[in-house]
Amino acid sequence: MDATAPSTPGVPVERRENGESALGAPVERREGRQKVTGTARYAAEQPRPGRAHAWPVPASVARGRVTGIDTAAALALPGVLAVLSHENAPRLSEPDDAMLAVLRDSRVPHRGWFVALVVGETLEAARAGAAAVRVDYAVEDHDVTLTRDHPAAYAPEEANGGYPGTREHGDPEGAFASAPVRVDVGYSVPPLHNHPMEPHATTAEWQDGRLTVHTSTQGATTVRAVLAGLFGVPEDHVTVHAEHVGGGFGSKGTPRPDVVLAAMAARHTGRPVTLALPRRFLPAVVGHRAPTLHRLRLGARPDGRLVSLIHEVTTHTSRVKEFVEQAAVPTRVMYAAPDSRTAHRVTPLDVPTPSWMRAPGEAPGMYALESAMDELAGELGMDPVELRIVNEPDTEPDSGKPFSSRHLVECLREGARRFGWDRRDPRPGSRAEGPLLVGSGVAAAMYPVMAQPSTAAVRALSDGNFLVRINATDIGTGARTVLAQIAADRLAVPVDRVRIEVGSTDLPAASLAGGSSGTASWGWAVHEACARLAERLAGGPVPAEGLEVRADTAGQADADSPYARHAFGAHFAEVAVDTVTGETRVRRLLGVYAAGRILNSRTARSQFVGGMTMGLGMALTEGSTMDAAFGDFTESDLASYHVPAHADVPDIEAHWIDEDDPHLNPMGSKGIGEIGIVGTAAAIGNAVFHATGTRVRELPLTPDRVLGGIGRGAAPRGF
Amino acid sequence: MSGSNDPGSTCSETTLTVNGKPHTLLVDHRRVLLDVLREDLELWGARKGCDHGQCGACTVLVDGRRVNSCLLLAVALDGSEVRTVEGLAGDGEDLHPLQQAFLDRDAFQCGYCTPGQLCSALGMLDEAAAGHPSRVTTDVPAGRPVPLDRDEIRERLSGNLCRCGAYPRIVDAVEDVIP
Repeated sequence: MDATAPSTPGVPVERRENGESALGAPVERREGRQKVTGTARYAAEQPRPGRAHAWPVPASVARGRVTGIDTAAALALPGVLAVLSHENAPRLSEPDDAMLAVLRDSRVPHRGWFVALVVGETLEAARAGAAAVRVDYAVEDHDVTLTRDHPAAYAPEEANGGYPGTREHGDPEGAFASAPVRVDVGYSVPPLHNHPMEPHATTAEWQDGRLTVHTSTQGATTVRAVLAGLFGVPEDHVTVHAEHVGGGFGSKGTPRPDVVLAAMAARHTGRPVTLALPRRFLPAVVGHRAPTLHRLRLGARPDGRLVSLIHEVTTHTSRVKEFVEQAAVPTRVMYAAPDSRTAHRVTPLDVPTPSWMRAPGEAPGMYALESAMDELAGELGMDPVELRIVNEPDTEPDSGKPFSSRHLVECLREGARRFGWDRRDPRPGSRAEGPLLVGSGVAAAMYPVMAQPSTAAVRALSDGNFLVRINATDIGTGARTVLAQIAADRLAVPVDRVRIEVGSTDLPAASLAGGSSGTASWGWAVHEACARLAERLAGGPVPAEGLEVRADTAGQADADSPYARHAFGAHFAEVAVDTVTGETRVRRLLGVYAAGRILNSRTARSQFVGGMTMGLGMALTEGSTMDAAFGDFTESDLASYHVPAHADVPDIEAHWIDEDDPHLNPMGSKGIGEIGIVGTAAAIGNAVFHATGTRVRELPLTPDRVLGGIGRGAAPRGF
Repeated sequence: MSGSNDPGSTCSETTLTVNGKPHTLLVDHRRVLLDVLREDLELWGARKGCDHGQCGACTVLVDGRRVNSCLLLAVALDGSEVRTVEGLAGDGEDLHPLQQAFLDRDAFQCGYCTPGQLCSALGMLDEAAAGHPSRVTTDVPAGRPVPLDRDEIRERLSGNLCRCGAYPRIVDAVEDVIP
């Protein structure tokens, strides 16, 4: 199919020869009724006879050792069952992920690290017990402040995702120095918190040496493997359920301390135990998006063609483990520039461990790159849409690989058409409405295509229905629904004849809901299983006992590709900036995506819009700060860390361009869960510049910063 | 813990009518309504997102008004009528029209904030009908119903956070049920 034809919202874009393909159709969420009636059960909502509750005790110093834990007062309280600490907690094997090394030793690597866990008959008893535990520390000096020139900074071998820390082509510094038009600017993105609405929670129970947990995770298969390793039991003695998960956005990608602590507490007390982490404790223990300081140098010819592109990122990690936000990596994909350098530096500090947050690397990296591109367009006197188009590469700039499909230009053009970009007066500060300044901005988006091996089973039932079983996780994406559609499509049956079970290690093992790879990975395995089943049945009758077929995509889903595979998109934003208060309001937000084949137009639209909403928060309201004196995140709850609320969010448009890409997976799909956030903050920031004529290079664009910019005139370069 | 209403006791007998059904419970004075609903009555629909009145996931209706049930000590609500998401559908109704509208509009993803959004929206509709103004209300005579446009709905539902970003569709769903 030609990729330039825009889809009609809500209408499936392609049907198989029989005209009945379920793929692309706006099928309603299968678990929707449970969610609107409140009957969906999440991890903490698992009553058991004798169930106890746990409450953690976070370290109140930023660095040091625990020298004593006085539990007497806590244990004397009515209803307190136990206090666990490194002194008495069950001994576990050493975890691969050092974030899970809880209650193992006396070390305090950062403030908020859990140093004890109180188990009580009730939530109130556990909480009161936690308040009564007295912890003494040997305090050491700490350093939690990220700077551009920290002496401890080093160049890591790899950044998150296994990407090389540094890539260089040609002579980027020389090419930049001699470029006729140059932009040399710094951008900074603060620490950000995932804050899914359901806090991390686990209910754990041991029976006869077997562990059963209900936990809030993006991937139960890995949770089982990790728990089995830690507790030294065979994997088949561990069952992990994650039937409903209240969002994750990366912070539940792998096990977090709650599941380890709940299982420990259940073993220690012999009781089923629920541990739901208090909201304020989350930022310190579940990962955060690390702050990134960017320096971008863009050298161009007068016609806009880039001759040098340099993107350097400085970030932090914890003392617990190295995690490097791969924020310079998207620059390796985006624009043709013969000479380039993309590099990361990381500084270990006494901070909580960073981890994945929706589009790690891409979200902050593309914010910086796409903002700098806007600045370059200004220097050139060129339309920012056209600047991106003239720098469209023929092959992936860093690898030289051909793109499996790349329709960024089409996204930009279609977005510009829908947004009414041609009516825009390009002069900054040219549109006033009373005290408001109105402007619009554009930015590109990109997210890589990923897939992991998974297994699935499909059974033909004697009643004519089919049962698909796979340990996929529905964190709100609509996984059940889209997998049923994939099965129905391959089996050529109506989607209501497909039943599906997900969210438990009782089901065939599958990969996590992360990296926008869930549907591709799980769908691939479901597709394979259905293909084999269809072959076995070959139109014949289903045996009375049914017929089950399994598939494993190892070797397929993880095979190397000769192609560079990414989804692309374009974001357009219109803002109004109040010159009296400094408040920025987003009036319009529009995204156009080229993300392969869209498999469910209804749930896909929700994901795109959801990503853009989080990008709006990143642009305007979300920001955390490390308190230098106390060593913790100042904005640790939802009253201080401002995720977008209803009143912040206008009507958001998401559209897509149909791509027919045969180099992806049997469905022809690319991931859609993350790309929505990627260009949004830059589009909004560029719109604020267009509105006001001043560039604020530090997120979020809060009233104080915007007002300061308006009052100051020309902004400093950001570093 | 002693179990009487005597001075010095830590629990008190408390009667709540929840979704039309009376419950008399011995309630720990520290226990908030949210935890009574969830832990004692096993009505899990009211969710715990923050436990501090910051997210709205625990919103229920007490005596017809929307409240953050995580902020109310249950013992202080003796005699109150509580309505939760489990009690939204009327007699003979499969779903309340607003629940159906949420389904029709795909007004949620992970679903964790959904019961709170539903209860909050129903409380909000009554408030507007009773003439309560919001920050964005203009030129409505006191006591007259406030017409709800999209800005009014957004403003009035801003106590209910949705991290999945379903806001535009929640507004669509609420608009669907405005009489």
